[in-house]
Amino acid sequence: MDFGVIGANIAKLWTNYWHIYILEGVAITLKLTFIAVLLGAVLGVVVAILKMSKSKIIRFLITVYIEVIRGTPLLLQLYIFYFVLPEIFPIFDFNEFTWVAIALCINSSAYVSEIFRSGIQSVDIGQTEAARSLGLSSGQTMMRIVLPQAVKNILPALGNEFIMMLKETSLASTFFIGDLMTAHLKIKGATYLMLESLVITGLIYLCMTYPLSKLVEAFERKMKNADK
Amino acid sequence: MQTNKELIKTVDLHKSFGKLHVLQGVNETVKKGEVVTVIGPSGGGKSTFLRCLNLLEVPEKGQIIFDGVDITQKGINIDLHRQKMGMVFQNFNVFPHLDVCKNITLTPVLTKKKTQAEAEDMAKELLNRVGLIDKLHEMPNKLSGGQKQRLAIVRALAMEPEVMLFDEPTSALDPEMVGEVLDVIKGLVNTGMTSVIVTHEMRFAREVSDRVLFMAEGNVMESGKPEDMFGNPQTPRFKEFLSKVL
Ligand SMILES: Nc1ncnc2c1ncn2[C@@H]1O[C@H](COP(=O)(O)OP(=O)(O)O)[C@@H](O)[C@H]1O
Ligand SMILES: [Mg+2]
Repeated sequence: MDFGVIGANIAKLWTNYWHIYILEGVAITLKLTFIAVLLGAVLGVVVAILKMSKSKIIRFLITVYIEVIRGTPLLLQLYIFYFVLPEIFPIFDFNEFTWVAIALCINSSAYVSEIFRSGIQSVDIGQTEAARSLGLSSGQTMMRIVLPQAVKNILPALGNEFIMMLKETSLASTFFIGDLMTAHLKIKGATYLMLESLVITGLIYLCMTYPLSKLVEAFERKMKNADK
Repeated sequence: MQTNKELIKTVDLHKSFGKLHVLQGVNETVKKGEVVTVIGPSGGGKSTFLRCLNLLEVPEKGQIIFDGVDITQKGINIDLHRQKMGMVFQNFNVFPHLDVCKNITLTPVLTKKKTQAEAEDMAKELLNRVGLIDKLHEMPNKLSGGQKQRLAIVRALAMEPEVMLFDEPTSALDPEMVGEVLDVIKGLVNTGMTSVIVTHEMRFAREVSDRVLFMAEGNVMESGKPEDMFGNPQTPRFKEFLSKVL
């Protein structure tokens, strides 16, 4: 292996194709991640609330939902949403990107709901009892007492979920959806420079995930110090 | 200051946790202005009894009549009744994300009993009374245990309750802080506040009570005036308890 040649190839690839990596690949990867985590978070809150429902049947169904999603590979779920569901529900005339985005949202919702649930449970039950004994409703207690304290556990976990999802969206390249990994496949196909393209792609993923995980760490450190 | 008006009355109160029958038919009455202390061995059901009074624990059988209303009825808005019953916990349970002032003003404002300005005026007055006025804008993690408990008492008082329920308010405190909290409670009962106080401080119980309840094995085994209770205990179970704690 000639590292000089590889270095030169990497430079060449980057000069010729950076816009495909960044303007197409990164843009679509970020778009997918944001959609998945944001809508997944909204759905995840609903799932978390339903999981605490008084009805046993609802709790059971939600448990099944969460366990199935967390217990099967995302790739399998993507196949189902990409190939199977459009066949079963032809009335949903979504494009391929949308089916993949929905699959990622659903996947994320299961993880986010557990993040919310454990965040809420991490708050001492005495806080709820004190608030309720003062005459606050369960909703007021949740919004004013429990959630503000749960946030310091929930936010870092959501940040980590975002980082996970950012990497997991690479599975969408199975369907050539246009994300960063798809960009790599295209450029590799055009240039036959697999190793060089992989290095570039990996570095771009790192440039996104590393600062994010440092940010999460800094937030956690700040919250810990605030407790002292 | 005790009156003849029945403020809280429990009728045949039963509560179980799984197979454990913790309350076995408690019938008790607390009159307006009365100070009732509850003493007894650990595990005897004192906390459960107290927590049933504001339905933090829901009894499976029996009634709780508060101010003439059976609050165990279906469809009752318990929040409205809890606003009239203050509770102080062993572990303080102050809200760590809110400063001292906000700890006190949050509930009266949220429940629309007071405007923010009115609530703040009241918070200052109450903090003055318990010697915490210089902590108005401190966060709770800067307070000592005794200060936290005084804040918790004031937070409950800001709702202008009809009755105060104390569950071992000094048990989690370092010994040197017990006095400051007991003094606040004494001051409070001297103003005529109806109070039910679970405590292990026998001298304090003797001093402040109109009536003492001895609870063990899920029921009130003996009750009466403090001088009778401590001077002339009747049941063997109570005598045995007193011999251990005095
Ligand atoms: N939430 C609960 N779940 C199960 N058991 C409980 C619960 N709360 C209290 N108990 C049990 O009920 C009994 C009475 O408890 P408690 O009312 O706290 O007694 P006390 O306050 O007199 O020490 C104890 O045996 C205790 O372990
Ligand atoms: Mg107790």
